Amino acid sequence: MSLAPSEHAPATATPAGRGATGQTGRTRPGHRRLLTRTSVPYLLIMPAVLGFAVFKAYPIVASLWISLTTGNGAGRHFTGLDNYQRLLNDPLFWTALKNTALILVVQVPLMLGLALLVALGLNSTKVWLRPLWRLGVFIPSLTGLVAAGVMFSVILNRDAGLLNWVLSLFGIDRVNWLGSPFWARVGVVLVITWHYTGYNAVIYLAGLQGIPQELYEAAKVDGAGPIRRFVSITLPQLRPILLLTVVLSTIGTLQLFDEPYVLTGGGPDNATLTVTMYLYNNGFKYFDFGYASALAYALALIVAVLGFLQVRLMGERK
Amino acid sequence: MKRRSLLLTLLLAGAFGLCVGPFYWLAMAATQENSDVFSWPPKLLPGGHLMENLQGLQDSIGLTRVLFNTVLVAGVQTVGAVVVSVLAGYAFAKFEFRGRNLFFVLLLSTLVLPDTVMLIPIFEMMMKLGLIDSYQSVILPGLVTPFGIFLMRQALRSMPDELLDAARVDGAGELRVLWRIVIPVNRPVIAALALFVFLGGWNQFVWPLIALRSPDMYTLPVATATLQGLATTNYAQVLLAAAIAAVPVMALFLVLQRQFISGLLAGATKE
Repeated sequence: MSLAPSEHAPATATPAGRGATGQTGRTRPGHRRLLTRTSVPYLLIMPAVLGFAVFKAYPIVASLWISLTTGNGAGRHFTGLDNYQRLLNDPLFWTALKNTALILVVQVPLMLGLALLVALGLNSTKVWLRPLWRLGVFIPSLTGLVAAGVMFSVILNRDAGLLNWVLSLFGIDRVNWLGSPFWARVGVVLVITWHYTGYNAVIYLAGLQGIPQELYEAAKVDGAGPIRRFVSITLPQLRPILLLTVVLSTIGTLQLFDEPYVLTGGGPDNATLTVTMYLYNNGFKYFDFGYASALAYALALIVAVLGFLQVRLMGERK
Repeated sequence: MKRRSLLLTLLLAGAFGLCVGPFYWLAMAATQENSDVFSWPPKLLPGGHLMENLQGLQDSIGLTRVLFNTVLVAGVQTVGAVVVSVLAGYAFAKFEFRGRNLFFVLLLSTLVLPDTVMLIPIFEMMMKLGLIDSYQSVILPGLVTPFGIFLMRQALRSMPDELLDAARVDGAGELRVLWRIVIPVNRPVIAALALFVFLGGWNQFVWPLIALRSPDMYTLPVATATLQGLATTNYAQVLLAAAIAAVPVMALFLVLQRQFISGLLAGATKE
């Protein structure tokens, strides 16, 4: 470390742009690299660090502080853990958490399972017109949540929605999607699944295509059937990508807001009220920033714990 | 010649239908009269009321203004976020400096934190700065994208150092190296990033919903959502608004499909 000060001292005194103004002709390349090594990278990351400090780091810290206070503006005062206390005793918070958890445990496995099946199909050389199907299944993920939500609020309409009409062709009675607590949850799950399955399928497809073919050839020689090959080769090889999608989908679903906001408004009977939606209501309908921040931190904690558990359970075993 | 499977193909075609079918219905519904949106059986052919619905949207949400707002916000956000990401990505990929790993890990750690944690402090900050209900309030927080910086770092790392050093030996300054070599060589992944950011900006909802107050400033998703909340909602118009939100995005995607998917995979599969 004794070298460090002497390395840095001349560089800080040298303007970063100096190399560009013709100084280089007289300096050895090795020396120049030393200059760039010290000041240029800091200039390059400055906008990012500045933005990060203002729009990420500060809000994360400020939010924690706000969660320990009550009142807004000049009337804000420190109330310690009161908001967290309140949260633990708030039936609506538990309802929201329960709804979010329910949607999570049904939706994430359903979606990722489907995505894996679609990816296996898209990866099979036995299928005609693969690029077309790949394009089609990916398209929903481009749509904004609001556009998708609006679209499905009509498609899921009980009396005249497209879905009930299609079901009626198969002799299935009208379902009161969005109208009954149970079916509203199913409806929300359906819409999210429609929205993101293709996206995950395309990610899986890339993972499948990265698995060395020799592994499969060798397994075939050893007499392994298709299911055995899937379990012993495909799944372990895909593990990093599976982990990534599980973690990302979990984070996404835990933050679920747009779909219920547009589709159900959290109803009926709070059946689709999610934690983020409850947070939004407290923060921006009732302007109870302290409580909303406590909700945000509770959610962040849940995300962190779940993410950690998932990484521990599914990550590389060494 | 491999044997093809009709069954597998049909299954995938079914998945395709489930994914794309709703868009077909949407396109048709957007051209109906309001009363025909909820007719049974659903109308699955064009209805001939497209212009009328467009005019209706112009009257109810000020469609042209709203589109202008959305393009402006998403466009400025795209340019800004790409510049910030390329600069930072280049530094993280090609320079040794103190604190590099620390900064990088800190940046990435915000990827896993729910955005909702940041909503309230950013809202208060914007209030204090008097920026609520302005374009800046929506644009600024979107300029730093951890994902973009990560993506650019991954892409630039695979660039050979000799290429950069050759230019440096020839006397090019770092900005020149960036402009003349780094950016041209990585144009595809930069295009992919631009598309990502634009998509995000075009579709973003929660923050603009909070930050924007007057209908004149609304972006398309916010305007669409408020339109839907009305008692007298004209659903043909709402669906047309949804279709308008979906169309440019799909067109962009079809044009830039290859870059887009390779960019997405670079982000997902590397490391």
